[in-house]
Amino acid sequence: MTDTALTPSAFEAHHDDAHAHDTHEMSFFARWFMSTNHKDIGTLYLIFAIVAGIIGGGISGLMRAELAHPGIQYLGYWASFLPGGEQGLDHSLHLWNVLITAHGLIMVFFMVMPAMIGGFGNWFVPIMIGAPDMAFPRMNNVSFWLLIPAFTLLLASPFFGGAGNGWTLYAPLSTYGEPGPSTDMAILALHLAGASSILGAINFITTIFNMRAPGMTLHKMPLFVWSVLVTAFLLLLALPVLAAAITMLLTDRNFGTTFFDPAGGGDPVLYQHLFWFFGHPEVYIMILPGFGIVSQVISTFSKKPVFGYLGMAYAMVAIGVVGFVVWAHHMFTTGLSVNTKMYFTAATMVIAVPTGIKIFSWIATMWGGSLTFKTPMLWAIGFIFMFTVGGVTGVVLANGGIDDYMQDSYYVVAHFHYVLSLGAVFSLFCGFYYWFPKMSGKMYNEFLGQVHYWVFFLGVNVMFFPMHFLGLQNMQRRVPDYADALAQWNWVASIGYMIMAASMVVFFVNVIMSLMSGKKAGDSPWGEGATTLEWTLSSPPPYHQFETLPRID
Amino acid sequence: MIARIARMDRKLRTALLAVLGICFMSGLGWASIPLYRMFCQATGLNGTTQRGTVAPGAVKNHQIRIDFDTNVAPHMPWKFLPENPYDTVDVGARDMAFFTARNTSNKPITGTATFNVTPAQAGKYFTKIQCFCFTQQTLQPGETARMPVIFFVDPKILQDPDASDVETITLSYTFYPVDSAKAKS
Repeated sequence: MTDTALTPSAFEAHHDDAHAHDTHEMSFFARWFMSTNHKDIGTLYLIFAIVAGIIGGGISGLMRAELAHPGIQYLGYWASFLPGGEQGLDHSLHLWNVLITAHGLIMVFFMVMPAMIGGFGNWFVPIMIGAPDMAFPRMNNVSFWLLIPAFTLLLASPFFGGAGNGWTLYAPLSTYGEPGPSTDMAILALHLAGASSILGAINFITTIFNMRAPGMTLHKMPLFVWSVLVTAFLLLLALPVLAAAITMLLTDRNFGTTFFDPAGGGDPVLYQHLFWFFGHPEVYIMILPGFGIVSQVISTFSKKPVFGYLGMAYAMVAIGVVGFVVWAHHMFTTGLSVNTKMYFTAATMVIAVPTGIKIFSWIATMWGGSLTFKTPMLWAIGFIFMFTVGGVTGVVLANGGIDDYMQDSYYVVAHFHYVLSLGAVFSLFCGFYYWFPKMSGKMYNEFLGQVHYWVFFLGVNVMFFPMHFLGLQNMQRRVPDYADALAQWNWVASIGYMIMAASMVVFFVNVIMSLMSGKKAGDSPWGEGATTLEWTLSSPPPYHQFETLPRID
Repeated sequence: MIARIARMDRKLRTALLAVLGICFMSGLGWASIPLYRMFCQATGLNGTTQRGTVAPGAVKNHQIRIDFDTNVAPHMPWKFLPENPYDTVDVGARDMAFFTARNTSNKPITGTATFNVTPAQAGKYFTKIQCFCFTQQTLQPGETARMPVIFFVDPKILQDPDASDVETITLSYTFYPVDSAKAKS
């Protein structure tokens, strides 16, 4: 972000009471269920994401429990709780597939995306550009409430047999491999979640292009707004393709079409092309807003504007553009020709360039800055570390030749958990601690926040780093059992899960304690480094901000 | 139309453009079905074979072995085998191979065969003149049929650096039952 000199005196935004006069008349139901206020909808999104995160994280706990020792210990017992569940190897293995599918879908569509885009995006994009609200507030409400039936469908599917296709829903397993309503339910859940995100994307694009305060040119927008803008474009261009692909799955399943069935002239590999044409931009959809959050935080706690603002903004644009032409690196083992593999290898590695620009610019921002290591800054630095580790293994996997060996091994699992589970989640916690005082009006407990950070950092590294070794020794993902030789590192990884889970207890204690009895937060608790518009408002901001538009010089 | 869009509220205009983008990408998603088929046929991707009419004639001293692989869909009561497990042919020369299929059930069954070749880079050069797989085949209960395929290997394969080292091409067929409802439409 450029060093935006603000003139807060130009507008009246300091209400002592967060819930300004016009919320007093609203009933609880009207305020939270019929909400058109971007901050309330953002809060709803964050609560939703936290609930989904607990469920998705709980499922990974089940998986780490099962994987703690070789052999199949618990799956048969758990399967007996589901309707029609008998004990038996097939049921156990199917339950495993259901668990990995649910974990993936929940974390991607119901935790990271709602938190990043719906939560922080809704809360802070309008404020950061000096707008009173989103462009289409009622559509914003529809976006959020579409997620509830979507999530309900997904959570209900295990009780109708369970969708065990993996989050990629590859044909033919998802077409004629798994009859019964549960896979249809999972597909419909994706349709609804996709519709929700597409509406959100239209809303963000319209807001950012048309509702910036006077003087807030595109090249003065904070980097978080830039990141959400690029993300919204990715959503807009990628999700319709997913919608088309999974609609074809539905018609193949239910109406006798053969889009992906060779018996009728279709090709299951085409599904993979369509899925990954969406799926690769999707991983940037999950991480780009995190880039934005980290940029704000690093600048704030270095008391410096971000180094190379334009480079940072256009690096995100470049990542978004190149992200659309690398999809087949997820399909290196589907029989691509050598030349095709060569292209997708090279194009994939090109992404390391804009990503490198971002990493080095963050470091350059810190260089010579007046650093304070408050909790959000710790998460931001942790993010850079984690994302770099995940990025390096990504460059390894980008090689078509190496990928033939690594495909579907735990090395891949380690890679995408370092960039997503640790990259995206670190940036989410980073944003949560950074904006918690602004959103709630209360300070969090700094000590507990730092304890949370260090224990979480330790836990996730103990959990995921050994997966590199396991993958190199060819432990396969999506399989609940493994050779005895791999027992030691799997046990270590499961210990790591427990450490991580303990840190989450600290997090929730901190959140609840701070909400109940936290110190009152001032307008700008992070001091002079925080130059974006949200810090010119009260904490929490008034129900309607910027009734007089701020002017940015 | 354009003038109307220009006069629209700015927010609605942006939203409309966004919706157009969504419609375009949806269209691309659905158009990918025919596009992908055309792409596979043009490039031989995934071992898609070509169709031709006349074989160009044998190239001296270049022989290639063709392995035949046959499959039937699970639960389809057909026996389907090549008469010879492989043929050795001159590159460019026309060759005919026979397969036999027998319906082991007690009702008539119509089947259709999908096909491809491995290695995939040979798909561009494996050209069929005539094949039982171009049409549907119906076998009465217990009936056995001989099914021919006439093909040649395009001599251009010898010039392709990616495919010139191919010494064996596997031609694979899988018979699927044709569901009578689908066959009519």
